[in-house]
Parts: sequence; structure tokens; C-alpha cells
Amino acid sequence: MEFLHAIFVAPFVDMWTDPFFLAELILVGLSTGVMYSLVALGFVLIFKASGMFNFAQGAMVLFAALTLVGLMEKGAPVWLALIVTMGVMVALSFAVERCMLRYLVNQEGLILFMATIGLNFVLEGAGQLMWGSDVKRLDIGIPDRPMDILDGKILLNTFDVTAAVIGAILVISLAVFFQKTAMGRALRAVADDHQAALSVGIPLKTIWITVWTIAGIVALVAGIVWGSKSGVQFSLALIALKALPVLILGGFTSVPGAIIGGLIIGVGEKVAEGYWGPAFGGAIENWFAYILALAFLVFRPQGLFGEKIIERV
Amino acid sequence: MEAAVNDAASGETAAAASAPPLVVNNIEVIYDHVILVLKGVSLEVPEGGIVALLGANGAGKTTTLKAVSNLLGAERGEVTKGEITYRGERIEDLSPNELVRRGVIQVMEGRHCFEHLTVEENLMTGSYTRTDGAAAVAESLEKVYHYFPRLRERRGSQAGYTSGGEQQMTAIGRALMANPNMMLLDEPSMGLAPQLVEEIFEIVKELNEKEGVSILLAEQNTMVALKYADYGYILENGRVVMDGDAAGLRENPDVKEFYLGLAGENRKSFRDVKHYRRRKRWL
Repeated sequence: MEFLHAIFVAPFVDMWTDPFFLAELILVGLSTGVMYSLVALGFVLIFKASGMFNFAQGAMVLFAALTLVGLMEKGAPVWLALIVTMGVMVALSFAVERCMLRYLVNQEGLILFMATIGLNFVLEGAGQLMWGSDVKRLDIGIPDRPMDILDGKILLNTFDVTAAVIGAILVISLAVFFQKTAMGRALRAVADDHQAALSVGIPLKTIWITVWTIAGIVALVAGIVWGSKSGVQFSLALIALKALPVLILGGFTSVPGAIIGGLIIGVGEKVAEGYWGPAFGGAIENWFAYILALAFLVFRPQGLFGEKIIERV
Repeated sequence: MEAAVNDAASGETAAAASAPPLVVNNIEVIYDHVILVLKGVSLEVPEGGIVALLGANGAGKTTTLKAVSNLLGAERGEVTKGEITYRGERIEDLSPNELVRRGVIQVMEGRHCFEHLTVEENLMTGSYTRTDGAAAVAESLEKVYHYFPRLRERRGSQAGYTSGGEQQMTAIGRALMANPNMMLLDEPSMGLAPQLVEEIFEIVKELNEKEGVSILLAEQNTMVALKYADYGYILENGRVVMDGDAAGLRENPDVKEFYLGLAGENRKSFRDVKHYRRRKRWL
């Protein structure tokens, strides 16, 4: 009885009596959500353009962050380190095309997936081999101060807000790129039908390099944001796991889905932890997202915004 | 082969004098390094002609087209012998992208529209290789809508939700957006109602006459194909077993019997027509 009360009554009473705490949880959730979205976005981009589930996305985040930190430790100024890291991510996408994708044309999705697992290990290994496996602090000058809203009733952090803004800019520019440019159109065409895209003269090689480059840049941004927040370390590669429920929620094929999915997971997690956590003895933040994803798999497998599976009879 | 060139040009002297733009000479195609699909196919497409490639399922029609447009690589196939030339240049090693730039484009079997893109976006993807500016592309789009007025009505719908006929039109229109000189059409009649098949072939004929697009057509529907084509090749088991101008093929008793399903007065046994294959093996 007490348990049921803690689940079905108490949280809503609390929400009613202290709406500012709810608002704060939501805002914190949104800013965490943006960071999930950033990681999920990398998956969606590659999945859309090559039907490949890129298991190495998390490793790419780690690799980008490690490279950036490594360069900065060597004494490079932030802007230079950023440019060089970007160059490294571009080079990586060329290498992936040259050494991997080229030989896997027209293969099963599962085989492509296995190849990305291989890439995952290569990246993790290479990153640590070059830059070591210590936890490193990344500080590229994003301000990190507490921020009061409504006379201190809601407490936020400038860092979270900045991260959210960066995420939003990235997402909007990607959406415009995909919907409005010829290259974006070609990317969507390749996602639908490789063979047909090839037959109208769209070169797959260029498309793949472009899309892996974009995914690399997204990984870099995610790496910067996550790295500044929690330090650059091996566990950065594991945030890819957090992106999975986001993808299931938002749909594997939808850029806006990745964003909104991330926001929902972020907010859901924080609110659930804040109100329902006590009933379960806390730490439900860690598994809440997966439960949500399970529910979606049952009732709406294409996700909230995923492309409807078109089936003509 | 000499005879083929002469027959192909209905006007005889003019076209026979200039070499045909597309020449396929005795090609062999192997899939996955082991499966021999084409065993020496030769054919020619004259400037402004419609050439039909006929034959049953698995005869090698699609493979021949893909060998020309070089879409074989994506299916792990390769041309191992023979040569393909387009306007005097060898093209076996060119990428599809390069071929489209030169004006050779294939419309694949089964339409292959980008189903989540709208009809208009589908058409626009065809202009990927164009470098002559947005105005020229817009003009081409207008041209496609002129030939396929139905596509204009459906321009905003997702291609996956349009009918089979509209998808076929979209696929042809999309190829047209690349401004091709040579279109390789693979089974445009597949899965379409007879009336729609006629409609599409009428448009293809019009494109051929007004836009000067040469067409190499693979078809199982021999009757329709021979009605619109100038010249035909019949493939069997990866070999050309018979070729001739369309009118001649239509009247040929063996073609009538085996491909048009019109039995003559006295039925021939299959053994009696074997000589064609024996003769053409050395082609």
C-alpha cells in the first residue's frame, strides 16, 4: 500500500506543491537530453546513408575527444587542436571507406555491423595507444557557473545551457543540409536504394566519405561536450549504449527523431529519478531509458518519427 | 555482325556510314568469380535507334544491360572477356557516375524509386551529375512533366505510395533528368497493366524521336518490344541466338512460336530450331 502510494500518489502531490523543482528537473533533463541526442545523431546519419548500424560511434566519440585532449596537452591552442582533430576525423572517414566499406558493397546488414565492431576496437586501441589511458581533463573554455532563473527558484548551469545551444545549432544545420541541398537529397536517396542511386550516377564513395565525415564531426562535438563534463576517459565510448534507447524511441532513420528521442529520454530520466526514485530505492536513472525503449519496441517499432515501413500490397 | 549494322539503320546508308555509338563485342560476364552468365554477347545500338533485347527469364538480358552501365560491380559481377565501347571509347572500367556523365544511364528493372523521397525529389536526384546550372535542370524537370503529366499531379507524394505505373514513369523521368544520349531500359512493362505498358512505350518512342535518345531495351514482352523497336536480339542462356530487324523477327516462324506464342500451321519441334543456336555460337 505504501509502495503504491509512493508510485501513484506522492510524486504528483510533490509536483503540484513544488512546481519549480519539476521545472528544474525538466530543464536539467533537457540539457542532458541534448547530449544524448548528439551521440544518437551520429548513429542516425550513418544508418540513413548506408543502412549500417555503426557500433563504433561511441569509439569515435572517445577517439575524437582523446585526440583533442592529446593535442592540447602537447601545447596546441584550442582552435588549432580543434582544426587538427577535425582533419583527423576527415582522414578517418577516408580510411574507413578505403579499407572497409569499399569491400563490403552489397553485403548483409549483419556483416556491415560486424565490421563496425572491428572498427570499434581499432579506434579504442589506437586512441589509447597514442594518448594513454589516463582520465584527462578537457577544458576548451565553455563557462561553467551556476545560473539562477526566477530569483534562484530554479538552478541551472551555464555549461548545460551552452551545450544545449551547440547541440541545437548542429541539429538545425544538419536538418537544413539533409532537406534542402542536392547532396542531402543524394544522401537520402542512397539510404533508400543503393543500386538505384548508383544507376542515376550518384557515386557511393563520395556519399560514404561525406556521411562518415559528418558523423565524425558530430562525434567530435559530442566528445567535447561529454569530455568537458565528465573527463575524457574510456567510459566515454560507453555513452553509445545510452544512445540505443534514444534511437529506438526516435527511430533509426530520423534526424529530428534522434533529437526529440534524446530530449524525452533526458527529461524522463531526471523526472523519474526525482519523483519515483525513492520508491525504488534510487538509481532508476540508469535503467529507466531501457524500459521506455522496450515499451516502444512493443508498440511502435519504427519509433516516434521513424520512416513508416512502406508496404504496398 | 556486318549485316546487323546494315539492317539496324532503316535509312541504310546514313547510319551505316557512321559507327554505332554503343558496341558490345563478345563479352563474357562472371558473377562471384564462378558463375558464368554471359558467354559471348555481341550487339550494337545505332544512333537514335531502339534496340530490343529479348529472351526468357535468366537469359542474360539484365546482366547485359548492367555490363554496359557498369552496375555489375555492386553485385560482384565482372566483365572478363570482350569489350564494350561507347563513341569509340572503352567503357568497361568506367564507374556508373562517369557513364552517366557521358550520357549512358540505366533504368533498372522493378523501377527502384527512392520510396521515401517525393516524386519530384526522385526526379531531382537524376540531375546529380549535371553541371550546367539550376536553370537548365529546372528546364529538364519541366520537360519530364511535359512527357509525364501524371507526375506533375503527384509531384509532392512519397514515391513509395504511388502506383506501379507512376513509379515506372518516375524512374524513366529520373533518368531523363541526367540528359542522356543512351538509355538502357530494363523491363519497363514489368507488373503493369497492358494499357499502361502501351502508354509507357508510346512515351519512350516519343522520347526517342523528339529527344534523340537511343534506347537499348530488355523485355520479356516480345510482342510489345518488337512493335516499338527497330532491331532485336534474342538471348538464350547467355548467348545471342538470333538477331534481325524488328519486322523480320515479328514474322519469323520460330520467334512466333517460342516467344510470341503464336503457333503456325504445323508446329515445329524444338530440335528443328536448334540450328540457330549452333550457327550463332561462333558469333
